[in-house]
Amino acid sequence: MLINEFLLLGAVLFCIGVYGVIARKNAVMVLMSIELILNSVNINLLAFSQLHNNLDGNVFALYIIAVAAAEVGVGLAMVLLIYRNRKSISLDELSEMKG
Amino acid sequence: MFAEEAVHSAGWFLEHAWLIPLIPGVAFAVIILFGKSQVNGKRLLPWAGAEVGLASMVAALTIAIGAAYQWTQHIHGVEEAEPVIKTWTWWQSGGLRFGLGQHIDGLAVMMLLLVTFISTLVQIYSLEYVRGDRRYTHFFASLTLFSAGMLTMVLAENMVQLILGWEIMGLCSFLLIGHWWEEEANARAAVKAFLTVRVGDVGMLVGTAIMYGAAGTFSIRELHEWANDPTTGHTVLLWAAVALFIACIGKSGQFPLHTWLPDAMAGPTPVSSLLHSSTMVVAGVFLVARLYPVFHAGLLINVAGQSFNLIAVIGGITILIAAGLAFVQNDIKKVLAYSTVSQLGYMMMGLGVGAWVPAVFHIFTHAFFKCCLFLCAGSVAHTGSHHSFDMKKDMGGLARKMPVTFATWMVSTAALCGVPFFSGFFSKDEIIDSAGHFNYGVFMVVGLIGAFMTTAYMTRATYLTFFGEPRGAAAHFVHDDHHPVADDAHVAHVAHDTHDTHAAEPAHGKPLPFAPSDSPGLIVVPLLILGFLAVVSGYLNAAPFKIHKMEHWLESSIGLHIGEGGIPEPAAFKWVNAMPSILLVAAGFAVSLALCKQVFGKASSPLKGLTKRNPVLGAGHRFLVNKYYLDDLYEKVIVRGIAHPIAAAAYWTNQRVLDGIVNAVGIGGRKTGDWVYKNVDQRLVDGAVNGSGTVARGTGGVLQPVQSGKVSLYGALLFGSAAVGALVLVLVNS
Repeated sequence: MLINEFLLLGAVLFCIGVYGVIARKNAVMVLMSIELILNSVNINLLAFSQLHNNLDGNVFALYIIAVAAAEVGVGLAMVLLIYRNRKSISLDELSEMKG
Repeated sequence: MFAEEAVHSAGWFLEHAWLIPLIPGVAFAVIILFGKSQVNGKRLLPWAGAEVGLASMVAALTIAIGAAYQWTQHIHGVEEAEPVIKTWTWWQSGGLRFGLGQHIDGLAVMMLLLVTFISTLVQIYSLEYVRGDRRYTHFFASLTLFSAGMLTMVLAENMVQLILGWEIMGLCSFLLIGHWWEEEANARAAVKAFLTVRVGDVGMLVGTAIMYGAAGTFSIRELHEWANDPTTGHTVLLWAAVALFIACIGKSGQFPLHTWLPDAMAGPTPVSSLLHSSTMVVAGVFLVARLYPVFHAGLLINVAGQSFNLIAVIGGITILIAAGLAFVQNDIKKVLAYSTVSQLGYMMMGLGVGAWVPAVFHIFTHAFFKCCLFLCAGSVAHTGSHHSFDMKKDMGGLARKMPVTFATWMVSTAALCGVPFFSGFFSKDEIIDSAGHFNYGVFMVVGLIGAFMTTAYMTRATYLTFFGEPRGAAAHFVHDDHHPVADDAHVAHVAHDTHDTHAAEPAHGKPLPFAPSDSPGLIVVPLLILGFLAVVSGYLNAAPFKIHKMEHWLESSIGLHIGEGGIPEPAAFKWVNAMPSILLVAAGFAVSLALCKQVFGKASSPLKGLTKRNPVLGAGHRFLVNKYYLDDLYEKVIVRGIAHPIAAAAYWTNQRVLDGIVNAVGIGGRKTGDWVYKNVDQRLVDGAVNGSGTVARGTGGVLQPVQSGKVSLYGALLFGSAAVGALVLVLVNS
């Protein structure tokens, strides 16, 4: 079974996603990075589903894909609103919550 | 159907016997609340409460008679008669439940009848005796409350109720002894009686607590079962019985706590008659009879291979000690008081040797003749000797003038001495006989000596009171036909009687201070009834005539079965066994009469003043007059010896140790306060407060840059900490 390879792929994708979320300043890029993280989780779930030979993992993955689509829809809507208000989607400038 | 009902219900009177103490209890409240009330200038109760007390006693007596009748029906043809028990919850706390109720069996029925009957007669007698007294209403209130207390105790279903009645009696005894408290001696006597009995009452509480701890119940019936249970340890029974017996010693005037009883004669004569001779003082004997299994097994002591009961020892000592003291008394009531103590000793001895039925029967007969004797003494004082009880100074030669009083006195004296065919013979002789029969030979001898002494001192008292030359106040009474009211009589009256207000009241029906004949009807009628009963009450259980009615009625109350393993079978009566006591009674009478004639009758006699001339006899006389120095022992040695050093030590401790401690604590407290202010308050507390402020500000300064508002930084921190958490999880699990 290629479980280790699947898990390794998931981990690499997760780290890339995390890096993107932290390092990117463009909000759209951050949203894409979040998609990467979610998909790494999906890979993990499918790998374990295959390992234990039941379908729960597959069902979870389908849910996550649906939830991720909704999340991206909401996220892009927010980005669009921010762009209309400030003519910029750079996350660096959104620091009104500074303590 | 009827028969079935009879099985379930013992009869209305037995089922409702709890009304007997309730009625006088309510009457007490009515007397004390309304006894002196006036409506429109008229008394609400024309007799100032006396009629309420009397009516309540008559009502209680009626129920008691009904109950007695139904008891004889109840046990008819039954082998083991069941007591009629009822109980209601008084109060409840946690798992502890205190009940009030009734435990009606032969013993309770007999005592109920006895107490209500004697109380009724004494209240009738008191109508005349304390007429015009300044605390007339209170007198009847206390008398009624006493009856309620005694009746409560008699039908008590459990130990707590028994203690309740017991203490009510103690209180009433105190109130009534001190009825004329203006005289200091009376007040002292009341306090002495109260405190001496209290000493015993501590034993009562301890004993009850021990039994509750061991048996887990207050119920008298269950305590019987507990004491009869062979698995119950002897040690716990012994201690419970010892503690309870101390209470009995106190209440029933047994040696060595008998000293309060003669002093209690300071109360009005009806009180002495009711409380301190016939009813209240038998409460201790009653308690022993009631919890007989506990005492029978508990106080059985084995010494030198001979097992004997401690109760018999105390009873035997008391018989002799008290009888000895009766010889040297000049006060007629004190003679009777010591006689009472001595007779209570007989009852205790009877219970001790295992003669339960004769002892309880002696309670019954003794109540009648002793009550009668006291009322006779009161009658003599009321009419003949003008409120003096001094036989040597104010009595003598009254037989002719007071024929009814004299006749009832003689009948009761005969009963007390145990002259055959009078009631005392059937009870007292049975006790003595049983002592011999149950291997208590020594105590039989004690009982016989006691019988001899009883006859002797009663002969002396009779001689001094009713025969010989009239003296003092009695002389005026006897010669009243020739000298109407003499002036010096008033002087005598003032000297002897400062508490009674009779003399100030001429509307007495008879020209006072000296009535020319016997006492008025309200006094004479109770005397006649009691005198009659002093003869016939013995025939309820007359062994010589094979009458065992009382035994049949009572035997289910013993709590032990008769025969092997229980108390011994009573001996069959034989006249031969009764002969020694009959002969000793006759001898006592003859010897005492001869001596009295010599000493008191003749003007000069070689025996006169013998105690002054002969040092040995003088010492003996002094020893008796001083009551074996027991009072001195208690007051001078025990009270002074123990209480005074304790008081002194307590004072010293108070001054030096306690005050020192208090002062040291004060000074120490101030210094500690100073130090605390300087060091703890200023430095530690303030430092901590200031420090926490500084630390908070510093922390805020350090953490401020983290709150940059940059989402990417927050995300980095989130993931970083999650990674650290994951790392820790991996390290811990691997």
